[in-house]
Amino acid sequence: MPKLIFLGRLEDVAGTSELAVAKGPLEQILATLDPTLAVQLLGEKVRMALNGMLITDMGGIALGEGDELAFLPPVSGG
Amino acid sequence: MRSCRLSVAADMADVRLAESALDPVAEIAAFNAKHSTSGGIVTFLGQVREGGGIEALELKHYGPMTLPGMTELARITQSRWPLEGLLIVHRSGVMVPGDPIVLVAAAARHRRDAFAAADFAMDHLKSESWFWKREKTAEGWSWIEPREQDHDDLARWR
Repeated sequence: MPKLIFLGRLEDVAGTSELAVAKGPLEQILATLDPTLAVQLLGEKVRMALNGMLITDMGGIALGEGDELAFLPPVSGG
Repeated sequence: MRSCRLSVAADMADVRLAESALDPVAEIAAFNAKHSTSGGIVTFLGQVREGGGIEALELKHYGPMTLPGMTELARITQSRWPLEGLLIVHRSGVMVPGDPIVLVAAAARHRRDAFAAADFAMDHLKSESWFWKREKTAEGWSWIEPREQDHDDLARWR
């Protein structure tokens, strides 16, 4: 099953750091989530990475077996 | 305690994500010994600040991206300044006030390159590396968003 990964504050919103989801188009997957979470995931400052690579456009993205889609809110290190 | 570390050797740069305590004194001593021919070594240590009601600080990372991103940052830093050595060690996990968070050391023939390279690497570690930070106070945990100043710091290099 594909996985969604929630980093930083998104982990608190989701209540978990990762979530196994059904295969399929991303739009369809997001539609099954709690709307509060979905809105946060689609926030302007949230970036996405598919299997460790940043993606700039979620249009046309479908998740297959073993895929990992990470939602990355603004970073703060050091 | 021996720390468990993931490491990548990137052509002379030593880049590590430390998941347990980092020993800056030992790291700096080893780095200096390794670069005895360098005329200038600049080291920067970031640590968890005491005060302000902070009881703990946690840094989270994302396995597939954090260390690869740090390694890429080291590569870019080395391509911008003529360095003889570069060390980047960044903590992940829970820390308490006084604990080291990040150590950057740059060795060069001349000091200006070492200062600039360490400064550049730090600015990018603060606001362009894959870390998420939260603080614990008496009210509980809260996530720290980047400050405006961090973005201004970064803009200096563009």
